[in-house]
Amino acid sequence: MDELIVEFLTETNESLEELDLDLVNLEQNPNDADLLGKIFRLVHTIKGTCGFLGLPRLEKVAHHGENVLGRFRDGDLEVTPEYVTLIFECIDRIKFIVNELEETGSEPEGDDSEIIAKLDAAYEGKSVDEAEIPAPSDQSATPASDDGDVPEQAVLAGTMTQEELDALEAAFASAPGPDGQVGIQQVNTDPAPEIKTEVKADKPTSTEADAPATKSVSAQSLRVSVDVLENLMTMVSELVLTRNQLMQIQRHTNTADSESDFGAPLQRLNHVVSDLQEGVMKTRMQPIGNAWAKLPRIIRDLAIELDKKIDLEMNGQDTELDRQVLDLIKDPLTHMVRNSGDHGIETPDIRKAAGKPETGTIKLNAYHEGGHINIEIADDGKGLSIDKIKEKAIMNGLATPQELEDMSTNQINQFIFKAGFSTAEKVTSVSGRGVGMDVVRTNIEKIGGSIELHSEEGKGSKFTIKIPLTLAIVSALIVAAGNERFAIPQLAVRELVMTTNDNGIEKIKGTPVFRLRDRLLPLVSLRSILDLPEATQDEMEELDSTNVISEDITTVEGDEKAETKVENKDNLKEEKRHEYIVVTQVGAYDFGIIVDRVYDTEEIVVKPVSTILRDIELFAGNTILGDGSVIMILDPNGIAKATGDATTDMSEAVDTTETVRTAAGEKTSLLLFSAGDSAPKAVPLSLVSRLENIDMSTVEQSGEQSVVQYRDQLMPLSPMNHKVVAEGEKPVLVFAHKGHSMGLIVDEIIDITEAHMKLQLDSSNPNLLGSAIINGKATDIVDVGHMLQSANKDWFKDHGDEPYLDRENSHSQEIKNGNSNSKKRILLVDDSPFFRNMLTPLLNVAGYDVTTLESPNEALRMCEKGEYFDVIISDIEMPDMDGFEFAQRVRDNSNWTETPMVALSSHATPQDIDRGMAVGFSKYVAKFDRDTLLSTLSQTLSEQKHKDA
Amino acid sequence: MSNQAYNQDRLEHGNQVIDQSKDFLTVVISGQLFGIPILQVQDVLRKQNVTRVPLAPPEVAGSLNLRGRIVTAINVRSKLGIPKAKKGESSDMSVVVELDTELYSLIIDRVGDVLTLKDENFEPTPVTLDPVWREFASGIYRLDDQLLVILDVPKFLHSVHA
Repeated sequence: MDELIVEFLTETNESLEELDLDLVNLEQNPNDADLLGKIFRLVHTIKGTCGFLGLPRLEKVAHHGENVLGRFRDGDLEVTPEYVTLIFECIDRIKFIVNELEETGSEPEGDDSEIIAKLDAAYEGKSVDEAEIPAPSDQSATPASDDGDVPEQAVLAGTMTQEELDALEAAFASAPGPDGQVGIQQVNTDPAPEIKTEVKADKPTSTEADAPATKSVSAQSLRVSVDVLENLMTMVSELVLTRNQLMQIQRHTNTADSESDFGAPLQRLNHVVSDLQEGVMKTRMQPIGNAWAKLPRIIRDLAIELDKKIDLEMNGQDTELDRQVLDLIKDPLTHMVRNSGDHGIETPDIRKAAGKPETGTIKLNAYHEGGHINIEIADDGKGLSIDKIKEKAIMNGLATPQELEDMSTNQINQFIFKAGFSTAEKVTSVSGRGVGMDVVRTNIEKIGGSIELHSEEGKGSKFTIKIPLTLAIVSALIVAAGNERFAIPQLAVRELVMTTNDNGIEKIKGTPVFRLRDRLLPLVSLRSILDLPEATQDEMEELDSTNVISEDITTVEGDEKAETKVENKDNLKEEKRHEYIVVTQVGAYDFGIIVDRVYDTEEIVVKPVSTILRDIELFAGNTILGDGSVIMILDPNGIAKATGDATTDMSEAVDTTETVRTAAGEKTSLLLFSAGDSAPKAVPLSLVSRLENIDMSTVEQSGEQSVVQYRDQLMPLSPMNHKVVAEGEKPVLVFAHKGHSMGLIVDEIIDITEAHMKLQLDSSNPNLLGSAIINGKATDIVDVGHMLQSANKDWFKDHGDEPYLDRENSHSQEIKNGNSNSKKRILLVDDSPFFRNMLTPLLNVAGYDVTTLESPNEALRMCEKGEYFDVIISDIEMPDMDGFEFAQRVRDNSNWTETPMVALSSHATPQDIDRGMAVGFSKYVAKFDRDTLLSTLSQTLSEQKHKDA
Repeated sequence: MSNQAYNQDRLEHGNQVIDQSKDFLTVVISGQLFGIPILQVQDVLRKQNVTRVPLAPPEVAGSLNLRGRIVTAINVRSKLGIPKAKKGESSDMSVVVELDTELYSLIIDRVGDVLTLKDENFEPTPVTLDPVWREFASGIYRLDDQLLVILDVPKFLHSVHA
């Protein structure tokens, strides 16, 4: 049965009982105007609600009853016992219909024309008996239709005819609810009763169906004041504590062989109390749909005000949670949904332009997971703008540009949770006043919950709120640090890990960290943040003796979520030096808390800490344990804060941006070899396609060029040290590019090593990029590109690469300028791994931070992610998307429109250059002109600087 | 409560009032007799097991469980600037008082009798008294053999907050 009907029935039955009493009173005091007014209102309410719910028969009877009562009230009609009897009759009929409705879920078939005729007669001031004569004849005309064949004149006294009224009410009843206009999609199979206006009388819900048909709906529910329930809950909480206490005593007094007499009754008490606790908790549970009921309307109004099209999808309205929690999250939720509609969803034309459907969607989803409830608020709007957040963060002094540079997208997004942060450009009446997300976060954290944010610019954002089901009783893990015990809410505990000899806690400059599977977990020692001394052996033993050590994994795993891993259980007693790590999650941030001992989990009742201690952020409350002692409940949020403002400095591990960054700080595989002088030389291993030993006697001369027959082709050879030795085998590094290969003759291959290629000097030797310290030795890094070109002028000419810019423009001075721009980020897009590998060290040595990507598509994805570069260098000829198209797309894209682009090209015809400039390239450089490239870059960057300034 | 406030007011202007008497629970701290208005006293406890609260102010001795309610224990000695009790000097009893619906237990050396004292014996706190004591004393009663310092409980507890 529809929940609205159930509510209506409950209410109506209450009203009807009152009516009986009032009517009896009325008969005795016919002139009591107050009483008359009250009766009139009650009947009127029934009539009104019926119309709304679509109960025509009930409505009609109530309507005619109301007419008569209206005349009584206005003093037009004298209250006679005869009329009172008639009203009683009318009320009885209403009761009958209501009862039928309760039992069957629909109005009974039947004919009310007789009573209606009587009422109408009374309305006209006639005797009830007079009405009976004409009524049957009227009835016979339309016996089945039951469709208001009341004498028309009866209602003419009003301003509307009966027909008009009927039509109006019918229209009202059948009109779609407010949801129709907003376009709420009921995805869930269970309809939300709050926003349904249509009565599905023929579809009883499961609970009603299960109940015996004789049991009336109104008898099943009872209005109880919230205070009573709260009080009850407090009492039950205390009872739970006392039960725990008794159980503890029982556990200690019991020895293995003697069971005390209390055992059995205590067991029984235990069960009863658990059931009682559950039962009382249930009385406080409400579906989350109640908190959402306002949202469709808010979104509808918002859509109209802002001229947007917004769909609100709601899933899991039936998910139940504690009333207290519900009240506390109602406002934050409303705020966030409003934000999504206001800031997130774009106007239809913008959406259309972005290739999205005109109508934006906000999705709400709620579901249970373990002992908590997850609420997701997702929209497919524009997401958070990284640049705007950065700007605002700098403006508000929350971070310096340098700090922002090093932050991940996720980290930057977290700024919106800071006070006074709103990126809405204009303040609307709805939002944008900079109060909000910080309050939302504070409120959610206050009830022991957490909030996570994922946003993708242009795609939308999604908030995930995780809150406990109830605040009154929580499951907590009892741990010890030093000589004290503490409770950690199970909600925050992800898993328990005991360190082993193989996998222990490692330290970086005194900071403990732990390798948890393939991640590095930051650790914090509970003892040190709480400033506690280490417990002595005796104290520890005493603690252990009075507590159940969590050896029994199942007790901890009983919680659906905590995946417990207590390794080497058997060693627990012997190996005192093992440490325990409680892996804790706050939002998206994971960290470990080092504790000395892990005991049992216990149901605890959270009590607020005394005002004296409220300033200590590490505690969420305190509680009384089963043994009667008071312990403090740790606040994971507070601890996270104590570890540094962790919620903002989201751990890097969380944000795994798949950037193929070849930054100067990263390691490069290098091939070390010797040639000529004593200094070892190195080339990036990725450039070398093969290593061959070639007998020098097979080397032939073709003009000035040494060549060798290699794989049925002639491969040009070039000596590293300018002289070709005529005899013996020599190692040759083979470089291959687009079907061409060439060999570099060296003296000896030394090693392959991974090293930071921190190039230190621009070498005067054009064959060298510079030198770097590798394996403790100064090593020359060979500029393969240059050498290949000098060895074979055709190397790049084969596919048309011509230096376009005049080489005279390039001066070493400008290259040095490039060096000074040490923090500039360059994106290099080229499909050829050879060029990527060759240019990366070159650009690194010039002091740029280089990111290389294989295709424009990847680059565009990065652009969407909000990565930022100072210059983009792009190849023109690429398989999926050529450089022209790429440039076009970049220029159309809001993120990188201002970023200068340099074309690296083998297409050097004036037409190509014109086309390149037209699509948005700022410079055109031939593919293999290192000096020009560098000078162009430094020139472009300085131009950019001027533009910015 | 209003009666207490009234009393408090009276105490402050004590010597103008005649013909009135009040009840105080006397406690001993380091040999000095203190009085706590009897209406403010909820309970008198023997030595309790107190759970230390890390990072709490030094005067907070910890928390304890009093019939299911959590009580914050305050070390009165430390707040009054009296050195720690020597062995046997203190029985670590405590007087439970309520402030803003929260319970606090004041750890003192010993609990004495309940005295009904006449207002005519009341004196305002001498200005020369130790400033810390002056802050928490709402006046002095002249007893036959010694002096009784009245402890202003709300003031005392509020100062722990700060």
